[in-house]
Amino acid sequence: MTDVNTQAGASVTIPPMVLAEQVSKSFGSNEVLKSITLEVKRGEVMCLVGPSGSGKSTFLRCINHLEVLSAGRLSVDGELIGYREANGKLYEMAPKEAARQRRDIGMVFQRFNLFPHMTALQNVMEAPIRVKGLPKAQVEQSALDLLARVGLAERANYYPAHLSGGQQQRVAIARALAMEPKLMLFDEPTSALDPELVGEVLDVMKGLAKSGMTMIVVTHEMGFAKEVADSLVFMDGGVVVEAGDPDEILTNPQHRRTQAFLSKVL
Amino acid sequence: MPIKAIKLRHPWRMVFAVLLVVIFVSVVVDAALRPAYDWPAVGKYLFDRRISQAAVVTLQLTVYSMVIAIVLGVILAVMRLSPNPVVKSLAWFYLWIFRGTPVYVQLTIWGLISLIYSSIDIGIPFMDPWVSFSTNAALSTFTIAIIGLALNEAAYMAEIVRAGLLAVDRGQEEAATALGMSWSQTMTRVILPQSMRVIIPPTGNEVISMLKTTSLVTAVPFSFELFTRSRDISAETFNPIPLLIVASIWYLFFTSILMVGQHFLEKRFARGVGDRQPDRKDAVGTGTGTLTGVVPVVDSGQPSVIAPPRQDDPPANPGGVK
Ligand SMILES: Nc1ncnc2c1ncn2[C@@H]1O[C@H](COP(=O)(O)OP(=O)(O)OP(=O)(O)O)[C@@H](O)[C@H]1O
Ligand SMILES: [Mg+2]
Repeated sequence: MTDVNTQAGASVTIPPMVLAEQVSKSFGSNEVLKSITLEVKRGEVMCLVGPSGSGKSTFLRCINHLEVLSAGRLSVDGELIGYREANGKLYEMAPKEAARQRRDIGMVFQRFNLFPHMTALQNVMEAPIRVKGLPKAQVEQSALDLLARVGLAERANYYPAHLSGGQQQRVAIARALAMEPKLMLFDEPTSALDPELVGEVLDVMKGLAKSGMTMIVVTHEMGFAKEVADSLVFMDGGVVVEAGDPDEILTNPQHRRTQAFLSKVL
Repeated sequence: MPIKAIKLRHPWRMVFAVLLVVIFVSVVVDAALRPAYDWPAVGKYLFDRRISQAAVVTLQLTVYSMVIAIVLGVILAVMRLSPNPVVKSLAWFYLWIFRGTPVYVQLTIWGLISLIYSSIDIGIPFMDPWVSFSTNAALSTFTIAIIGLALNEAAYMAEIVRAGLLAVDRGQEEAATALGMSWSQTMTRVILPQSMRVIIPPTGNEVISMLKTTSLVTAVPFSFELFTRSRDISAETFNPIPLLIVASIWYLFFTSILMVGQHFLEKRFARGVGDRQPDRKDAVGTGTGTLTGVVPVVDSGQPSVIAPPRQDDPPANPGGVK
């Protein structure tokens, strides 16, 4: 395995935000990810598309160590995920260290996964208070700011059950942002939404992309990919089939599998 | 326009109902007239001081042992779901012992504890203890009865709590983990509060069941609760039947109160069912949604042990490296 810094030559090189090198993941004998190699730069928005079961979610889950790799290595911001490297050997991380790495990686789920027994505001405040141990008053102020940023200032005291799907997903985004992550992972954030609610969530994500957040977005919204993404990766059967400029891939896919997939979703 | 039709008749239902009423009335009349029931004695002993004191002791046994059992049950359930294999097996072993032997046997063994361990020593093993008590002095039969009941009940509570924990959508644990919360934070802040809805109804059943199980502490032997007390009184009067009726009336009185309480608790916590996230395109804004975890259906009249929905699944990557 080559070191990121030495590979680039100069010692001042900034590592990419995400670097996956021959990442593989199997569940039993089912190989879900097969030697995935890709790179996401700082501030880049990458869209990940592909048919159901192609391993998109699994790849996202590997990035914040919700899933343990079977082979290969994965680093975020130059830091190896899940392992510590010393003297050329890998050491498994203690749960505490893994949790510390996850703090810096925000994740948004298809089914929102808001905590139903907490209000929108409490959902956003929970992790900064419990995980970072920040003072409540300070957290409350920034949580309210975040809710305002996703357009939900006046819904702060609503429980998730009393919010629409689009509103819930925006709260979920605010909750992830509350930890001030350097990387945001979105796993089909609009797939569970009514068509008329998709736009409000995508708008929040566009704003986030503009602010310079590094994002990996699994989505079927090709319009969003075209407009916002800096790069597009098409996965099928656990391998990256095609990757590159979104406009190019969407208008002129090279691979037959990409063509077949796009003809179905576009 | 209302439909005009001749209602379907259920003649056998009527016959059956009449028959039942007749049987019931004759049993009641017969019972009222039968001297063996000795109703005047029932009236006399129902509010006898010794009996009402024993009723209070029965309540104390129930409350204390249930409180301990619930706390211990939560701990055991969380241990069983822990990613740590040692902790997990320890909890499994506890359940194996305490669910696998009759409570009466357990209570008898607890009663003999001072024969097995004559003193309780605190200190380093195989060294002179720092503090030492005589078991008989430290543990009254009342305390032993509570310990015996609580430790047995904890095993059942653990299964109830575990089913509750497993009924919480797995996405909740995932979301908490992704936020950087530790496993214990995830449990106490996210999973446990949500599992209450599933845990509370069967716990109500357990309380009612415990009220009746207290009658077994005579095995310890502890003799100041309702059943043993009424047996002891009847041993003096040579008139057991009215005292059994008296004890039954008291048990029925307490269980009725508990059933009413349970009814209200269940109603309160059933409200949470609709409070899940709207799943896919249904009911946006109304707050009804699909439950993703398997929620055991809890019916107030049913036995309280619920089958856990996912038996052998470990929690979704509880934050560690395999
Ligand atoms: N925990 C698991 N245990 C076993 N198999 C799994 C597990 N998680 C995912 N898989 C399998 O891995 C494959 C890829 O799943 P994944 O969820 O990553 O696909 P996906 O590309 O996200 O699909 P979708 O578009 O349907 O979300 C599937 O075949 C799935 O059955
Ligand atoms: Mg997926």
